[in-house]
Amino acid sequence: MDKFTTLTGIAAPMPLVNIDTDMIIPKQFLKTIHRSGLGKNLFDEMRYDAQGHEIPDFVLNQPAWRDSQIIVAGDNFGCGSSREHAPWALLDFGIRCVISTSFADIFYNNCFKNGILPIVMPPEVVDVLMEDAKKGANARMTVDLENMTVTTSDGQSFPFELDPFRRHCLLNGLDDIGLTMEKAPAIDAYEAQMAQSRPWV
Amino acid sequence: MTGNTNAGAPRTLYDKIFDAHVVERSEDGTCILYIDRHLVHEVTSPQAFEGLRMAGRKVRRPDQTIAVPDHNVPTTPDRVDGIENPEGRIQVAELDKNAREFGLNYYPMNDIRQGIVHIVGPEQGWTLPGMTVVCGDSHTATHGAFGALAHGIGTSEVEHVLATQTLIQKKSKNMKVEITGKLRPGVTAKDITLSVIGATGTAGGTGYVIEYCGEAIRDLSMEGRMTVCNMAIEGGARAGLIAPDEKTFEYVKGRPHAPKGAAWEAAVAWWKTLFSDEGAHWDKVVTIRGEDIAPVVTWGTSPEDVLPITGKVPAPEDFEGGKVEAARRSLDYMGLKPGTPLNEISIDAVFIGSCTNGRIEDLRAAAGILKGHRLAPGVRGMVVPGSGLVRMQAEEEGLDKIFIDAGFEWRLAGCSMCLGMNPDQLAPGERCAATSNRNFEGRMGRGGRTHLMSPVMAAAAGIRGHLTDVRELLAETV
Repeated sequence: MDKFTTLTGIAAPMPLVNIDTDMIIPKQFLKTIHRSGLGKNLFDEMRYDAQGHEIPDFVLNQPAWRDSQIIVAGDNFGCGSSREHAPWALLDFGIRCVISTSFADIFYNNCFKNGILPIVMPPEVVDVLMEDAKKGANARMTVDLENMTVTTSDGQSFPFELDPFRRHCLLNGLDDIGLTMEKAPAIDAYEAQMAQSRPWV
Repeated sequence: MTGNTNAGAPRTLYDKIFDAHVVERSEDGTCILYIDRHLVHEVTSPQAFEGLRMAGRKVRRPDQTIAVPDHNVPTTPDRVDGIENPEGRIQVAELDKNAREFGLNYYPMNDIRQGIVHIVGPEQGWTLPGMTVVCGDSHTATHGAFGALAHGIGTSEVEHVLATQTLIQKKSKNMKVEITGKLRPGVTAKDITLSVIGATGTAGGTGYVIEYCGEAIRDLSMEGRMTVCNMAIEGGARAGLIAPDEKTFEYVKGRPHAPKGAAWEAAVAWWKTLFSDEGAHWDKVVTIRGEDIAPVVTWGTSPEDVLPITGKVPAPEDFEGGKVEAARRSLDYMGLKPGTPLNEISIDAVFIGSCTNGRIEDLRAAAGILKGHRLAPGVRGMVVPGSGLVRMQAEEEGLDKIFIDAGFEWRLAGCSMCLGMNPDQLAPGERCAATSNRNFEGRMGRGGRTHLMSPVMAAAAGIRGHLTDVRELLAETV
């Protein structure tokens, strides 16, 4: 997994609330047995018409936001299915950070497994960032995970909070399976105790 | 309130199950949580098995891992000849290969026990009270009906559980949803769970584990409780729980993987301690009177877009903030005009099935309404039992004949139209009365329009050809 330290990039404004994982990557693209290659189908049904042509109004089809690395989104981003294809598609497109007032639980977890930073900000800050994102390619937003700040193109800086363990893993690009496997003796001990207390498992 | 729990202090059901599974707790509250049952399907697992292979890792507890294909499988009898869609075929073949190579408990596509993973788990007795159950599928919340802590995970976490039989978790907050009193005739578990989401919103449960309680919940069968917990995720919660009781034990007893003999006695003794203590702390409480719940339908493209069937399509201006634009987009997608009475919305299709409402009781309820009736002209109907065993049971009871006589297709088990990853899909613009769980744009097929409702409401809509208050049909039969 790639480390996440700081990121300066274009932010795409997506004010719609409840952007669900079916919108992020529709079900017909879940048939893959690989993690990569989903970027071209990110937001597929919002981004292309039934003939496969780009819908010009959609934000990521507009010249100013084609190379976005950040999304500023409406409430409850990533609700719905547990499909990790959603963060895989975002990452494959080049998105490394999503900022919203709230995220659905499973999507939020999935982001950290893929080096994507989801940032929760209060509504009034999301409003400011949304306006900044609307400036498009002429504006660059900076996300600093070390110092836990987001800075707009005109220099306004906003702090955010993040669980220390998640931050540590992102900053260092750590695979948490490896970390847990180091705890094998504790898991062995738990299973031994379980064989006594809950033998039916 | 998250994190450490004082021994002896009153605890919620969630606290008790969580505490019983902590392998190790860090100072910041991050825990390694032991997983008792890991359910696996073909869509969210191939990359996890590939990851294991690449790292040279094994499945730590194949005996606690259960695999079944459900999302991609066709529901027509010709599936015995294989899956036509090449990508779907590969995904199911991958699961087959992985299940055999890693020695998992496995129900292949043409096994009579195959079905939707969340129906197979309880049916086979894998799901037991007090367990931790995970699956790479958000509707894992279903298993909470047994008083099991059950939730969906992503593929990276699937790999983590395969390798370590644990998850890294922080504790969620506790939310109590109490449904008091009795339900009125025509009102079902589906109406309860949709009404809760309508009241709290799709993010109302974010950060919480919900415990559903109250007389109306106690009165539900296990099937009904599974319907309620199934949609906890639609309300944003990590999991939904219902404390186990005699109904739960009765349902579990004698199932293939339920404990037997002395182990059964020991298990029941522990299960009887699984309830929220008097005085336990709740971070949020929602109370709804059972009498106030009406048969409901969704009008939009979010499960929170719920209204009683007696209502009218709302206008975007009825909402605030970002929801105004979302409602406008929903109405446009759904092809609905504000002010239209919901019971005047005509439909093209009826879908009865899914992990929400594909169990035997759901089929009985729908058949009870359909008996002696036919689908309205021009309406197509599909009934997809949740498992091969549900299908068999329904056929023994003659329910298949009622559906077929009413003009429905009687299908084999699978996820079917609920997410259109298989041949069962809506055409663009087609409008469906569905017993499934998500009305998202494109969910049942690109351009397809989904109205969520209970099995009896879906059956009623099929008979009349438009969304219908099932109580009108109940009144006719009295």
